[in-house]
Amino acid sequence: MQVIKQGAIIEDAWQLVGLEDTLPEGDVIVPWARWKSERDSLLKRPGKRGVQINGDDDLDEVVADLAHFALIALEFPRYADGRCYSAARLLRDRYRYQGELRAVGDVLRDQLFYMQRCGIDSFQLRPGEDYQRALKAFQELSVKYQSAADRAQPIYRLR
Amino acid sequence: MYIYDEYDQKIVDERVAQFRDQTQRFLAGQLGEAEYRTLRLMNGLYIQTHGPMLRVAIPYGLLSTKQLRMLAHIARKYDKGFGHFTTRQNIQYHWPKLETVPDILADLASVEMHAIQTSGNCIRNVTSDHLAGVCADELEDPRPYCEIIRQWSTFHPEFCYLPRKFKIAVTGAEKDRAATQVHDIGLHLHRNAQGEIGFEVLVGGGLGRTPIIGEVVRSFLPKKHLLSYLEAILRVYNRFGRRDNLYKSRIKILVKALGVEEFTRQVEEEWQAILETSPVNLELDEREITRIKAFFTPPAYEASAAADTSFTAQLQANASFKTWVKYNTVDHKVPGYRAVFVSLKAPGIPPGDMTAEQMDVAADLADRYSFGEVRITYNQNMLLADVKQADLFEVWQTLKANRLATPNIGTVTDLICCPGLDFCSLANARSQNVARQIDEVFDDLDYLYDLGEVQVKISGCMNACGHHHVGHIGLLGVEKKGEEWYQISLGGSADNQATLGEVLGPSVPIDEAAKAVKKILDVYVKQRLDGERFLDTYRRVGKEPFKEGVYASH
Repeated sequence: MQVIKQGAIIEDAWQLVGLEDTLPEGDVIVPWARWKSERDSLLKRPGKRGVQINGDDDLDEVVADLAHFALIALEFPRYADGRCYSAARLLRDRYRYQGELRAVGDVLRDQLFYMQRCGIDSFQLRPGEDYQRALKAFQELSVKYQSAADRAQPIYRLR
Repeated sequence: MYIYDEYDQKIVDERVAQFRDQTQRFLAGQLGEAEYRTLRLMNGLYIQTHGPMLRVAIPYGLLSTKQLRMLAHIARKYDKGFGHFTTRQNIQYHWPKLETVPDILADLASVEMHAIQTSGNCIRNVTSDHLAGVCADELEDPRPYCEIIRQWSTFHPEFCYLPRKFKIAVTGAEKDRAATQVHDIGLHLHRNAQGEIGFEVLVGGGLGRTPIIGEVVRSFLPKKHLLSYLEAILRVYNRFGRRDNLYKSRIKILVKALGVEEFTRQVEEEWQAILETSPVNLELDEREITRIKAFFTPPAYEASAAADTSFTAQLQANASFKTWVKYNTVDHKVPGYRAVFVSLKAPGIPPGDMTAEQMDVAADLADRYSFGEVRITYNQNMLLADVKQADLFEVWQTLKANRLATPNIGTVTDLICCPGLDFCSLANARSQNVARQIDEVFDDLDYLYDLGEVQVKISGCMNACGHHHVGHIGLLGVEKKGEEWYQISLGGSADNQATLGEVLGPSVPIDEAAKAVKKILDVYVKQRLDGERFLDTYRRVGKEPFKEGVYASH
């Protein structure tokens, strides 16, 4: 799928698979509900594993299985639904998740700055969004007052 | 006051460039209405009845005269020559053109101001006591903590898409002058049994459709944990607050749904986990507190100020001056100084409105007599916080010549009122019309003074921007079959013993609202004991006599 990662637009091998879709070969991201019901068979298949969660899913359950996922897709069903900003911070800061955190769903240019600061490191934009223009979003605000997942110290330590 | 360094300045400058780009993309059709809406709201820009409305942040109500003159300049250049100060110590411009807003923001940035997070579902402008630093009943100046919270909350990456807006107020005095109990978070500086100063933390207060008084979730929070504790509260809210219904999305609804004990347990658990596991440094160190406090040191008061004798002589010689001093000035912690209210409640003028010329006059006065600063109050007035008693007469004369000395602070006509249907597309009814009626009915100053302290608060709809729930007399605009009516509630207060008003009875037509207020106060005059305020009489006798007074003749 096409995503922004490390400041570049790339096409990677991850495939988002729905609840009912036939599992393709290769690296797949499955909805959390599917992971729960097909955990054993998914663990046995070759290829990298990812899951997709949203604000309704129980983060504690996800955390219990964290070691199995090379990627966690955080779904923003509407850009105004900010629950996954907290989920990202918890996964990074508290549970020390080292894999990839990918924003999917209603992901727009103007939220990328905040998402990145919460520890999300790849971004699939909403269909129709201009990837090239979106790259600029990361540089628009260069000073950050507070500490977050991207920087452990607040700005005032530099003063 | 706080002065920007290169980091603060860069943030506002970059924000202007970003918003200019967003506005250009919107005007070019590259950015949809809905997406632009969220972005403009985070820059304080609403689209209302007559077009855009821009709300500019005045952090904890404090302005330098340079900033005030810029607000005047903006009013003249981009608006119709005036601005409207709000209960949250901000200023609103009701007539800017959308395409000029990036230029307005650039002008603001040139004087260390902005409109960041003055609307939208994020952490809003932090408000405080307008007498901070000058009142005698203060334990510690709350403004350094307001500034620390302002910086922490500005573009906080985790909390810019909350379920709903989020308002924080901080006070450091015994008397609550910042309505902290009706904020999402209220912080009170206080001393614990060990003699340390920290914060009492209240959560879940608010007005709107479901008015609720905030509850204490922590009786003592050491200062160094201020930011980690705020993050814990905001995180619990961001994760578990309702997002399915606009009217049930404020944190107060979450606190009520869980119960304050369970909510507190979740916050404390989250906070402990932050303290134990977070690699991110959230501890507020003493060095930073000291650094910020240095911006709020007292000005160079003159030790000889109290030795002045001209003030007493002028008080004796001039009755109008004496009256103004009594109502529009308050005690200062430094002998020989008083804090002066610049009344924005002249008869016939919408409460909180100020013309560009008046702003310039106030700025000149502040430069000459009050160390170059002014403050905006919760009650929609302006304050010159540090005026020598010897200068009061001249200050009064200048204010009077500019319609800024109406001696009505604390009386019926010093009322709070939202913009109402004249400006706001949410409103059910005109509210400034009611304010005008009240000015007409209560135009006799001696009568006003006899009535004493009465807080009237008017909202044009359920959203309660005029804080009617906490008015001694609250008036709420409702719509009935296309007509404007007003519901009356009595006994509200946003003071230390905060209470929500009780609805008196059926609503009255808009043209009878002021008459109803008059009838209520007639009952008060009959019922009051010697020296008893309206609110205390109401609390003592209950609503029945007032109900009879308003409705019996119908």
